Amino acid sequence: METFQYNTESIIEIKNLKKSYGENHVLNGFNMNLVEGENLVIMGKSGSGKSVMIKCLIGLEDPDSGTICVMGKDISQLKHDELDELRTEVGFLFQGSALYDSMTVRENLEFPLRRHTKKFGVIKDTTPLVMEALENVGLANTINLMPEELSGGMKRRIALARTLILQPKIILYDEPTTGLDPITAKEIILLMISIQKKYNTSSIIITHDVDCARAISNRMILLVDGINYVEGTFEEIIALNDPKIQAFFK
Amino acid sequence: METILKIIRIFKSFLLDIGELSLFAGRFFKEVLKRPFEFKEFIRQCYNMGNRSLLLVAVTGFIIGLVFTLQSRPTLQEFGAVSWMPAMVSISIIREIGPIITALICAGRIGSGIGAELGSMKVTEQIDAMEVSGTNPFKYLVVTRILATTFMLPILVLLGDAIALYGSYLVENTKGNISFLLYFNKVAEALEFGDLIPATIKSFFFGFAIGLVGCFKGYNCKKGTAGVGLAANSAVVFTSMLLFIIDFIAVFVTDIFYDL
Repeated sequence: METFQYNTESIIEIKNLKKSYGENHVLNGFNMNLVEGENLVIMGKSGSGKSVMIKCLIGLEDPDSGTICVMGKDISQLKHDELDELRTEVGFLFQGSALYDSMTVRENLEFPLRRHTKKFGVIKDTTPLVMEALENVGLANTINLMPEELSGGMKRRIALARTLILQPKIILYDEPTTGLDPITAKEIILLMISIQKKYNTSSIIITHDVDCARAISNRMILLVDGINYVEGTFEEIIALNDPKIQAFFK
Repeated sequence: METILKIIRIFKSFLLDIGELSLFAGRFFKEVLKRPFEFKEFIRQCYNMGNRSLLLVAVTGFIIGLVFTLQSRPTLQEFGAVSWMPAMVSISIIREIGPIITALICAGRIGSGIGAELGSMKVTEQIDAMEVSGTNPFKYLVVTRILATTFMLPILVLLGDAIALYGSYLVENTKGNISFLLYFNKVAEALEFGDLIPATIKSFFFGFAIGLVGCFKGYNCKKGTAGVGLAANSAVVFTSMLLFIIDFIAVFVTDIFYDL
């Protein structure tokens, strides 16, 4: 296996991550680092362990072995409260948006604000923060709508606004353009780029969308059978004459 | 041979379900005492569950009261015991029919609703999103719902009982020309606290079972839309079975107290 040399500026470091479900070995020693301000794209076939890796990273899944350090903290050593505090710095955009069906757009955005009281204290009037987040994604007029009244692209934008409202330093995107038409997908990609520039966030983007990877990545990792198959810039990887890589991009 | 193996497999899976349900109940008792208490969500769930089942419980109670009285009247008339009608109907409804019928209706209405709601939240990653948002989803979703069903079911049972008795009174009034005051005086004479209290205590357990099984099936729902349907369906089946088991135990325990 290739050995990765991590620099000291890494805000996320994953070493030798392993995760299995019964006989299904999903991650087999995955390594990764994320540098401040970087957009790291992780690509791989369905079932290659991308989503499991990102869920281990935020503490939604427990790895079998390996270490995950986020902003210098080993997440396996953190208590529940400490993990919650760390989660205010790490936003997560879920694949299917994961907006709460029973709440309006406003309530969806207020929910994390009211819960993570350690970061912001108890906020009496959340409207300015909610409006700012909605304006960032260009959907200020949807504040009183229910998720069922929104299109797929709008839901993705609102979910992004909900992620942004906590002003995270790192954003994890789980297939942000999956299920969207090419035009809406392009809008989401442009939005992600503008957010990265505006807030100087670092991002990990899980995707199979080659256009998304090309547009947004500073660096890419190709995940095959739960390990890093290859790592480099988009141009470096696409230029490699490896049948597995070529098959993936074709 | 194959049938026997199939039965063994089903029985094994039932026992596994019981084991997992017990662990889930254990987690509920652990979390229910921990802060923060999700009081607002608990009130919202109480309102939702009471409100959602009110009409159904009322209509069913009314019809049961009507039908029960209409069916029993000819037999009592034969023995010249029509004057016992209010006593017989009230004791049957308060002790047994009211609680079990209301619980079964709520198992179908609330239990399946909880199973489907939590199941779809699980499938669409809303539960994960809640956890990332600094909320304990078990406390926010499960504890509040189980508490809401536990406290709302006895209220629904009492309401259903009252409406069933009113339905019975309407039949008696039409057929036997009995006044409202006389009918309910006879009901009050026939009933004792020993009828009402065990039935109300039993209703708390029924409510707890409905919430617990609905949440358990929804929270542990398998991926996909089929998983959501299965969660809702099995919540109703499992709860109905559990309700009869609880009812049997409750009657058995009450009987011991009556003997004392």
